[in-house]
Amino acid sequence: MLSLRSAAFAAAAAAILATPACSTPAVSPAGSPAAPSTAPASDGVFTLYAGRGEDLIAPLIADFEATTGIEVEVRYAGSTELSALLLEEGSATPADVFLSQDAGALGAVSKTGAFAPLPAGITDLVPAGFTSADGSWVGVTGRARVIVYDGDQLQADDVPESVRGLTDPQWKGRVGIAPTNASFQSFVTAMRLLEGEDATREWLEGMVANDVKIYGKNSAILDAANTGEIQLGLINHYYWYQLSNEVGIDNMRAQLSFPAAGDPGSIVNVTGAGLLAGAARDADALAFIEYLVSIDGQRYFVENTYEYPLVSGVNAPAGLPPLADLTNAKLDLGDLDSLAETTALLAEVGLL
Amino acid sequence: MTLTRTDSGGEASLAPRVRVPAIRGRTLIAASAVIAALLAAIPLAYLVVRVAEADRSAVVDAMWRPRTLELLLNTSGLVLSVSATCLVIGVATAWVLTRTDLRGRGVWLVVSTLPLAIPSYVAAFGWIATTPLRGFWGAWLVLTFCNIPLVTLPTIAALRQAHPGAEDVARTMGRGPLAAFMAATWPQIRPAAIAGTLLVALYVLSDFGAVALMRFQAFTWAIHTAYGALFDRTLAAVLSVVLALMGILLVMLERRARGARAKLGSAVQARTPAVLVRLRRRSWLAHAGLAAVASLSLGVPLAALGRFLTGRAESAFTVSAGDLAADVWNTVAFAGGGALIALALAMPIGILSARHRSRLSEATESASYLGLALPGIVVGLALVFFSLTVVPSLYQSAIILAFAYGVLFLPKAVGAVRSSIEQVEPGLEEVARTLGSSPADVWRRVTVRMAWPGIGAGVLLVALTAMKELPATLLLRPTGVDTLATSLWRYTEASAYGAAAPYAAMLIVVAAVPAILLTREATGGAHRGPQEHPGRVSP
Repeated sequence: MLSLRSAAFAAAAAAILATPACSTPAVSPAGSPAAPSTAPASDGVFTLYAGRGEDLIAPLIADFEATTGIEVEVRYAGSTELSALLLEEGSATPADVFLSQDAGALGAVSKTGAFAPLPAGITDLVPAGFTSADGSWVGVTGRARVIVYDGDQLQADDVPESVRGLTDPQWKGRVGIAPTNASFQSFVTAMRLLEGEDATREWLEGMVANDVKIYGKNSAILDAANTGEIQLGLINHYYWYQLSNEVGIDNMRAQLSFPAAGDPGSIVNVTGAGLLAGAARDADALAFIEYLVSIDGQRYFVENTYEYPLVSGVNAPAGLPPLADLTNAKLDLGDLDSLAETTALLAEVGLL
Repeated sequence: MTLTRTDSGGEASLAPRVRVPAIRGRTLIAASAVIAALLAAIPLAYLVVRVAEADRSAVVDAMWRPRTLELLLNTSGLVLSVSATCLVIGVATAWVLTRTDLRGRGVWLVVSTLPLAIPSYVAAFGWIATTPLRGFWGAWLVLTFCNIPLVTLPTIAALRQAHPGAEDVARTMGRGPLAAFMAATWPQIRPAAIAGTLLVALYVLSDFGAVALMRFQAFTWAIHTAYGALFDRTLAAVLSVVLALMGILLVMLERRARGARAKLGSAVQARTPAVLVRLRRRSWLAHAGLAAVASLSLGVPLAALGRFLTGRAESAFTVSAGDLAADVWNTVAFAGGGALIALALAMPIGILSARHRSRLSEATESASYLGLALPGIVVGLALVFFSLTVVPSLYQSAIILAFAYGVLFLPKAVGAVRSSIEQVEPGLEEVARTLGSSPADVWRRVTVRMAWPGIGAGVLLVALTAMKELPATLLLRPTGVDTLATSLWRYTEASAYGAAAPYAAMLIVVAAVPAILLTREATGGAHRGPQEHPGRVSP
């Protein structure tokens, strides 16, 4: 027993002693009088924290690596895990770039001052409202909010044109939402801005009273509509395209309906990327963010993930209404960061 | 194993001379146990730091939200109902498999143990894909039928050690079969059954995957929401502390319910094997019961998995055998490392608890249970904090991940070490000592050798559970490295269920290996019984 235990300790101790030797960072000694160079430097490799699915962005990363010769070390995890991880790591993070599937997580990290400001050459490519107001992160793609419906039990005409219709008693117990999902919360924020706090609270209470079904994420709502467990659900548009790509478009029972223009249910959310403060002068990390908003990078998203491009000169996926039609003139997407009020409201009505 | 080779222990030594090392050994074990307990308490220390750092009013607000009470009731209801069901079905299964003449008991034992190999999130997914079951009853069903073996296995081992004579006496005195069982046998197996139930209860307390899929709003759901949707680490920490307190309460309740193992007769006296109850025409009832449990625990999840394995050939995603093999290797290596670390931490705590009961032993044992009560994401973040603060060079290395597994699943090893060493009669050690062995020799050649199979079972259980772990693995694994669980997660996240299915199937196959070894240990107790029992060694 004792020998086994001491062997385990010895192994751990050996590893502790051995590891620093191979991971000593290549920095100049402390107290060096030379001012650090302001020019970005490249060492041919950087670390990416990816809050998006590997199957979706691994080919994009491979394209980037082939084009630039820069190696990307990717850490995939859910946005919950990655934002919690980045907040916990603080300035000690090994990450150089954070690629997130929602603006909320980018905003939460940005609020702690963990991002380095991006060059105007990058942030100016994306129109205001689809990117950060202060240039701390850049929008990469857009995702429209849609109503998914069970195509076996409903016709397209049966689906309400506005999310307001979902509180109608005929949909009691037949609608699915994901209150913990960032895209859903952005939609609720939009409703607060467009229609006011009272109307939004009334709508949320109406949904609760109508026995709305609570799911953890968009894909679970899509699955539920695809099996007829629910008849209507609020999701992002591209989940449907991904699933139809997986199972074949003819096998899709669930169908999509875009709410009428101007409806809070039709807003567009963005995904984005930020440069961590420790990588402020990392040319490789910066090159990757540039690639995300390049014509090639944007085209990749259009063709493979069916999301809206945010850079001019690249067309939206076929079959989708133009992004301009979904943009609500009365709504500045830059105002969608009042997340705290939204989550407080959701908690108040018992959805969080 | 015999004690006849004690001559290598050298000349017969006088009692006063060996006393000194005995005391020194005890101090060493106590000191090691304290260190192990401190390491196991890292997650709690982290939470205390987070709560202490936060604004006082934010903590109070987080604690006294009406939601907190609602979540508390939801989680308590789930823990109590799942634990009670597992206790009843687990003990009944163990009894049928050890005390009746049911045919095919060996096969039924394997079938009853295999649910351990199925991750609760895979089982929940199977139920969702095939039935409309959701909410409380969905979570209850999935968590119950994944966890019954945690009660069945230790109860079988205890039944094999239990003295059957008392029950026979009770029967002759005119008690019915159930009354005789409750009066004579239950007190002997109660500690094992209750200890297994504690593991179930703590698992339910900390599970996130199954409750999230079943859309049941338990505490862990709220903790994930606090991290992922609210980015509110104070709220997450406050809720986690409440969860940890619930875990400590459960450990204390278990200690009270466990009581002392009733020792009827002595292990040294010759044992008569239990007379098997003849089921005769009632045997179909036992078969039907076992089959019903198996179809709920294995049938539904495996059938759903089979459908995804065979039905989605047109999937756009392809799974390469090389990726799968690399994931298998990583899964086994990390989980194996975690099991060894759990063993190293559990040995001093378990020995202290079994042999030197004191307030210190109770405190170290309670601390060891903390990890299992907390959701993986909290333990993962605690170790992010710990490793960045204390050993930054090991951050995101395999060692920290294995260490996290060790801390998370430590109770499974501590329980195994404690009960295995408790079962070694101190009298045997004394005999060996009088025959001239030094205390260290006695430990090595008598105590550890006899307790080893039970301890090994604990190590297997840790490895098995670690293979299925997801949230802490996502946070702590080396960048770019995948396990079967993380690959399974990646594909289900992308709704690529066809591509996810091979990973789920492989995870179940790999986890089935330690599960089947566990059944051998449970039945192996019989072979180590009368034949090898040192009680037969004549002085």
